[in-house]
Amino acid sequence: MKRILVGIKRVVDYNVRIRVKPDGSGVVTDGVKMSINPFDEIALEEALRIKERGVVEEVIVATVGPADCQQQLRTALAMGADRALHVQADGVVEPLIAARALLKLIEREQPLLVILGKQAIDDDNGQTGQVLAALWNRPQATYASKIELSAGTARVTREVDAGLETLEVDLPAVITTDLRLNEPRYVKLPDIMKAKKKPLDTLTLSALGVEQRQQLKLVRFEPPPQRQKGIRVQDAAELLAALKKKGVL
Amino acid sequence: MSSHVLIVAEHDGTRLNASTAKCVTCAQGIPGAQITIVVCAVDASAVAAQAAALSGVSRVLCIENAANGHALAAVWAPQLLAIAAPFSHVLGPSTTFGKDLMARIAGLLGAPQVSDIMAIESATRFRRPVYAGNAILTVESSAEGKLVGTVRTASFEAAAGGGAAPIEKAAVSVELPTHTRFVSVSAAKSDRPDLQTARRVISGGRALGSAEGFKLLYSLADKLGAAVGASRAAVDAGYAPNEMQVGQTGKIIAPELYVAVGISGAIQHLTGIKDARTIVAINKDSEAPIFEVADIGLVGDLFQIIPEIERLVGAG
Repeated sequence: MKRILVGIKRVVDYNVRIRVKPDGSGVVTDGVKMSINPFDEIALEEALRIKERGVVEEVIVATVGPADCQQQLRTALAMGADRALHVQADGVVEPLIAARALLKLIEREQPLLVILGKQAIDDDNGQTGQVLAALWNRPQATYASKIELSAGTARVTREVDAGLETLEVDLPAVITTDLRLNEPRYVKLPDIMKAKKKPLDTLTLSALGVEQRQQLKLVRFEPPPQRQKGIRVQDAAELLAALKKKGVL
Repeated sequence: MSSHVLIVAEHDGTRLNASTAKCVTCAQGIPGAQITIVVCAVDASAVAAQAAALSGVSRVLCIENAANGHALAAVWAPQLLAIAAPFSHVLGPSTTFGKDLMARIAGLLGAPQVSDIMAIESATRFRRPVYAGNAILTVESSAEGKLVGTVRTASFEAAAGGGAAPIEKAAVSVELPTHTRFVSVSAAKSDRPDLQTARRVISGGRALGSAEGFKLLYSLADKLGAAVGASRAAVDAGYAPNEMQVGQTGKIIAPELYVAVGISGAIQHLTGIKDARTIVAINKDSEAPIFEVADIGLVGDLFQIIPEIERLVGAG
């Protein structure tokens, strides 16, 4: 069966105002809304659209993280994924560990394509897709804003600093998504009910043979430095005078 | 103790990107750093000469291969892996080039990567922004093993010229994949300064209303010698191309002057401009969050204010 594997991550919701804990051990997550990482939601939407075009028969969604991640997997099933894989892991899951776990799932599921978000909006690492492609020894096409599939290959338009770059990659491959690839659908209530009956398998890192070794110690979180309060001017002439006074014009 | 730092040069085949000189400054913060720049290219000579002239660089290595005409991570990474053994740190810029490539190298090495390094505290301790810059995280790697890093270019000045490092060719013979092929790149030609290195930047938001509306900004930018940027909302709406986007998922910039026109100031946008020396906000909504970070705020109609500024600048 032709299938797509989509990796998702549970993160603090996009709209939450982030507060650093006073002891510097992390950011406040108690009572804070959690969601699917927005880039991963775009990855899932793209996989669903490819399935709806009849190119693949199945979309599998997977995550590596604590028990609470199952909420986001259920949301993904409600969006339209066919089944979910939860690799249980508490504590910090570094990109290399997530990639090693995903590689094990790839070996089991043999997907035609793996789609991930280009970065998670919590740690902003932006590594997992590339690390996975390296471990798998397959092509990577990061920052995708357009994906066209044909027999055995994908043509991917990437958002790069210079503009738009197009690559052709042989399948299977890893693609990571940028914001303009699509707009994810809203989940409807009947779909949430249906999602409860869809299969969600739980695995562990150790059962997959992946050691959860943390290579980077998180020493301290701090709030960013604040900019000094500025001034208000009334019109263009005052603005230019203020800029000249600051020596920037 | 000395550290051997390898920096992967970003270039277009003829010109070294300024991001590389910023990586050199970052690397100099590592105590006892011996800095090598590696240039992957078809013919590396022109770029290698520019890299050798950067002050603080001890050596430039060239990996020349007919397959290196475009920066394909899947093609470059195994070649870089082949020369990585003697180095303690492997750095590249946190541009789309470096973000794409460095993590692939980290994967091949099985090494940890510190993304978006904004400060170096020791050979193993680094500071980086997380949560779209709403928190600063200090991370520490173990002293053994290699570390890969991407350098947040807005946090470092470019290294000066005047150096004369020796240039050597590296003999690399690894099998290169053919599964990834470059097709094309489309970039708008512009005579304006490059957004990532410009001293002055004028950015527009959705309030510009159309691609036509952005012409107001282009016109003023040309008077001021400024680059033009855009908010995500303006790019999504099709008023400006993606390469103009400033913010968490666009470009992170640090100009001397940043003028935000009709941009409300979502945190994702503010992430991209935090290091600007002076921020000016022009917006008709006096409650817009952009005013919280602006050094100078002006509440009003941009369609009157921008032409007025242009007229006054023109009048000297």
